[in-house]
Amino acid sequence: MSARAARRDRPDQGRPSPWALLLNNRLAAAGLVILSAVVLLALAAPLLPLQPPDVTEPAERLKRPLAEGHLLGTDDLGRDLLSRLLWGTRVSLAVGLSATLIAAFFGSLIGLVAGYAGGRTDSLLMRGIDLVMAFPYILLALAIVAVLGPGLLNALYAIAVVNIPFFARNIRGVTLGLARREFVDAARLSGKSHLLIVVTEILPNVLPVIVITMSTTLGWMILETAGLSFLGLGAQPPQADLGSMLGEGRKLLFTAPHVSVIPGLMIFLVVMSINLLGDGIRDVLDPRLKSGALARPSARTEVRRERVPPEPEADPGRVVSVAGLETQFRIGREVYRAVGGVDFRLASGECLGLVGESGSGKSVTALSLAGLVPSPPGRIVGGRVDFEGRDLLAASDAEIRSLRGGKLAHVFQDPLATLHPLFTVGDQLVEAIRAHQPLSRAEARERAHALLGQVRIPNPAARAEAYPHELSGGMRQRVSIAMALANDASLLIADEPTTALDVTVQAQVLKLLDGLRAERDTAVLFITHDFGVVSELCDRIAVMYAGRIVETGETQAVMAAPAHPYTRMLIDCVPVLGQPGRRLDAIPGLPPPVNRLPEGCAFAERCPRAQDDCRAGEVPLEPLAAGVADGRAVRCLHPIVEDEKKEPAE
Amino acid sequence: MSAAAEPIIEVRDLERRFGGGRDLLGRPKPAVHAVQGLSFDLLKGETLGIVGESGCGKSTLARLLVGLDRPSAGTIRLEGRDVTALAGRDPRALARVVQYVFQDPVSSLNPRKTIRAILEAPMVHLLGLDQAARRQRLDELMDAVRLRSEFLERYPHEFSGGQAQRIGIARALAADARVIVLDEPVSALDVSVQAQVLNLLDDLKQRFGLTYLFISHDLSVIESVSDRIAVLYFGRLAEFAGREALFAEPRHPYTRLLLGSAPVPGRRSVSAEEELAELPDPLNPPPGCAFAPRCPRAQEDCRQRVPQPQDGAVPGSGHQAACLHPASGPLAGAEAAARA
Repeated sequence: MSARAARRDRPDQGRPSPWALLLNNRLAAAGLVILSAVVLLALAAPLLPLQPPDVTEPAERLKRPLAEGHLLGTDDLGRDLLSRLLWGTRVSLAVGLSATLIAAFFGSLIGLVAGYAGGRTDSLLMRGIDLVMAFPYILLALAIVAVLGPGLLNALYAIAVVNIPFFARNIRGVTLGLARREFVDAARLSGKSHLLIVVTEILPNVLPVIVITMSTTLGWMILETAGLSFLGLGAQPPQADLGSMLGEGRKLLFTAPHVSVIPGLMIFLVVMSINLLGDGIRDVLDPRLKSGALARPSARTEVRRERVPPEPEADPGRVVSVAGLETQFRIGREVYRAVGGVDFRLASGECLGLVGESGSGKSVTALSLAGLVPSPPGRIVGGRVDFEGRDLLAASDAEIRSLRGGKLAHVFQDPLATLHPLFTVGDQLVEAIRAHQPLSRAEARERAHALLGQVRIPNPAARAEAYPHELSGGMRQRVSIAMALANDASLLIADEPTTALDVTVQAQVLKLLDGLRAERDTAVLFITHDFGVVSELCDRIAVMYAGRIVETGETQAVMAAPAHPYTRMLIDCVPVLGQPGRRLDAIPGLPPPVNRLPEGCAFAERCPRAQDDCRAGEVPLEPLAAGVADGRAVRCLHPIVEDEKKEPAE
Repeated sequence: MSAAAEPIIEVRDLERRFGGGRDLLGRPKPAVHAVQGLSFDLLKGETLGIVGESGCGKSTLARLLVGLDRPSAGTIRLEGRDVTALAGRDPRALARVVQYVFQDPVSSLNPRKTIRAILEAPMVHLLGLDQAARRQRLDELMDAVRLRSEFLERYPHEFSGGQAQRIGIARALAADARVIVLDEPVSALDVSVQAQVLNLLDDLKQRFGLTYLFISHDLSVIESVSDRIAVLYFGRLAEFAGREALFAEPRHPYTRLLLGSAPVPGRRSVSAEEELAELPDPLNPPPGCAFAPRCPRAQEDCRQRVPQPQDGAVPGSGHQAACLHPASGPLAGAEAAARA
């Protein structure tokens, strides 16, 4: 396998490289070009045919730019400005860069030690840093130079010291988070000493932050050097740096403006290009920005249907009918077929359990119904969702908005993430009610209390005043359920609503959901990976694998005699309470990646019953027993039930 | 487990307090007891299951056992040596005997290190192996956890959860430890992968003669792996028994509640409490038994004194329950039917 082919197997592929990302950012690329040009010129200064920068020639003083022999003119002592500019840029860049490196080294060191050690060491170091930050930075730099005496090297020290706090605080924050991570504990248990842990485990993870901070402070440091030199505290005559050139030109601002304007322009170019490039580097390295947090997803999933199934025949009892639903994610050049054609129907008061492992597409299916899949990268490319007499995928944005939290409500896994932390649960309920119903605040509040009572929260009026963090996990999930029911939803989509809860609390929430469903005749689409939970609550189940339903039917029937090999193996690999001696038959291998689905049955690779025909051509979801309308269907050419059913029949 | 098996770890009156002490003005600061009055033995070669819900102190217990945390009171002895003293004086000696497998396989692997670097660290720092010996041991390890050896040069993000957890297990084995503390090792995994890891753990135990302390919130997982089981509630031991005894005849009302709450595939069997299931406030725990406010069998004395673990009807059977009014007989209703 060639190196390129090997790389193609990696999960990263399809995403642009950091370099490509950086060059894609036009401003950053412009910064890079300008800075490279300046740096090259400055580096080449000794090689270029320039006049010596410090040799005075009073006869030639104050020549304008483009004068003969002096491209940029001369200053009041007759020194060549072009030569001084390039040599001065060299000095300014060198001082700025060394100051940045010194500040980065000591600042990061302090930050690492404080963040890793914590406790007293942390307090001591950070209070010291606070002390430094309490002085206006230029005052502090002035004071340091005043003590050490003027000179370029002393200015460098002063600027480095002044900038140490930026690094220390940044790095400490990151280290603090890393030092509590499990891999640090693991390194300790691997016998590594504290020093080794900081250097080999934490530092590599902090390095990107150090680089980001450096790239964003370098420009600032060059400005500060120029500032000190301008005040006459940095570079001493006759040595040129950009700040001192500016300072010398200041006296001649009106008679010979070019003497100060030229170094001023150079400072502007250097600092500007460094800042543009620094921002670009930050955008590329910062994982939060990389994950696309800056690209705001649209309010609704993009729908571009290539296939639209016909309208289903009318059925008064049915709440929702999904046919041929296909949702994809497009990342880079890759197409991830998260949902590859899903069909199901739900009658009022019915509970359908959508069961599958992570990555099987069960959550994306549920989110697609109300257009909640983030776009980009999500896109619905086929199918229809008929809900209360209309196709949701063709509905207007306004219609969808009024449905969400209204007739079609969601309950998610983690209520702490879905409830707003800064508002009381009562206020959030009131808002949910008033978004859909023309009620006064007082009426809505009354209704909110009634809802909290319905989800069996004792003393609802008092609990409504609580903030989410003041409630236990089970209580928060009850609030989420109350919110979902606030506007008499006819379809409740519950996405792993009990997975984060303790088993005794889960038992209560399951009972509650079951009771509410019976009371209000709400249809429930219940998403879970747990067959125990499904058996407890659902009338029918649909098992998903690699974006498709592979088996569906009445819960009892499927659990008693699963027909698809995947269902069978999935049930068999879970330990069952009360059967400790049962052998766990693990399913070998892993599900196929949904951006590279095999031809034919997606499970064939792991299936003990697979034959040659399984790997060729589409396998349809077909009724298990022809002519029997029990809703039992399976996507398998060689289902298990066949042989077992024949025996009693014969 | 034969009665003759000797303890490898002895835990006595273990206590871990967070917070506490006094502030600058001498006022006492609030303290939370994560673990309190815990005593048990871990026997050589067994799998001891620790089960409980969030806030019961099971993860704190795990960290105490491997020396990542220090007890506020009580002792942990490893083959007669004090673990706390050992962790301070010679943490490497402790790590050579006791190792840890973390709950979240991905966050327990440094994202910027190759698998080879991660697995070699314990060999270098704990065993001092040279390069040739390391290479041989790496091959053995990868073979033991059934991963291909070309994975060694890859980084953690390239692995699925199940593969990453197998790397975590390989790291624990790398140091030749005899005791492995498994803190919810399969909770973050998909069910099909969970079985792979559970089977692997079982094979490794047979192959290397390991002793496991297996922590989980999942009763069915605990039942399938454990020889003996400790049920924790609110930092204290609620019940301790062999697997058969615990599931056949749970004595503590909390154990019975847990068993009744667990859903069983293919059956509607869950029973739930009528009242809201709320844990007590850890900053202001109730007097007496922490479970009394939820307990259907609670009486006046339950709210006054803290019950200590006591032997049941058959003394010496090792079936202990910390309850003043323990239940007897098998669990009624659906749960019993499930086992029948």
